[in-house]
Amino acid sequence: MNSVKAAFWSGVRQFMPFNIVVIPFALLFGVVATEAGLSVFETLSFSVVVIAGAAQFTALQLMAEHSPTIIVLASALAVNLRMAMYSATLAPYLGKAPLWKRAFVAYFLVDQVFALSSMEYEKRPEWTVSERLAFAFGVATPMAPVWYIATFFGAYLGNAIPDGMALDFAVPITFLAMIGPALRTLAHVGAAATALIVSPLLIWMPHSLNIMLAGIAAMIVGAAIENRMNRSAP
Amino acid sequence: MTETYNIWVIILGLGAGSFFLRFIFMGVIGDRPIPEWVLRHLRYTAVGFLPAIASPLVLMPAATEGQLDPARLAAALVTLGIGYFTKNVVWAILSGAITLYGLLFLLG
Repeated sequence: MNSVKAAFWSGVRQFMPFNIVVIPFALLFGVVATEAGLSVFETLSFSVVVIAGAAQFTALQLMAEHSPTIIVLASALAVNLRMAMYSATLAPYLGKAPLWKRAFVAYFLVDQVFALSSMEYEKRPEWTVSERLAFAFGVATPMAPVWYIATFFGAYLGNAIPDGMALDFAVPITFLAMIGPALRTLAHVGAAATALIVSPLLIWMPHSLNIMLAGIAAMIVGAAIENRMNRSAP
Repeated sequence: MTETYNIWVIILGLGAGSFFLRFIFMGVIGDRPIPEWVLRHLRYTAVGFLPAIASPLVLMPAATEGQLDPARLAAALVTLGIGYFTKNVVWAILSGAITLYGLLFLLG
């Protein structure tokens, strides 16, 4: 087997454990979206076009709060700002690949594809651009269909789930579950704590602007703590 | 609730915007260096925006007309704690869901 194929299959294999995260997350999105009034087709399209769970949940939540369309889009995209960082991190490794291939990687650049690829590229500096691309596409090859199919099943099941299941709490539970493992440093904790406190304090603002302002405040606090810790480090 | 929205504007707008964010540096800027202060702020988007969305929903749940609800508050704390200590999203969601349904059942 040549090295490009080996890189591809290594990506496929390394994704497999993440099924445990991706499948329930996609199922839950399907259920919550259909409960919110989307059709099965709209729900599936959402997952295929956007392919970003947290942003999709954010959009649903803000629609439930009757925010204007522009605020729904801005808040969901703010949640996805981290993907610009993923793009920036992979750029030095993939910058020499043909533009259309970079565009495909960009479409598939979800949390798991980024996490596995960036770690593998760092570990294998001898890899050519073709091997790096093959690895990223290897991770995406099981990820994307699993994401679509589990969304579809969730949407299909969602139509059969009775009301009164406290699904209003699916979004906060899912988000809080994602925050815990992300609290790796004091800067992450400071950022999350800022958002937890500022957002409810600004709840009186129109159009769910409390989310945008609390999120920006959290980013500034996180960056400031990181800056300070770097300076005090030996 | 979604009938007041043109859902396709949201799906396609969010799709285009997400693609733009994923493509911007890799596609447009290529392998030129990106200012450190930009990356430093972007590192905290997830831990900034996810709690900003979650905390009002925990403290003022719509299902209880904005009144603090012991079952939902406990479920939120359990989810955050289990997620932090196990580093496992699925365990955190499951523990939170069990806490929520358990307490809703017990407290009636």
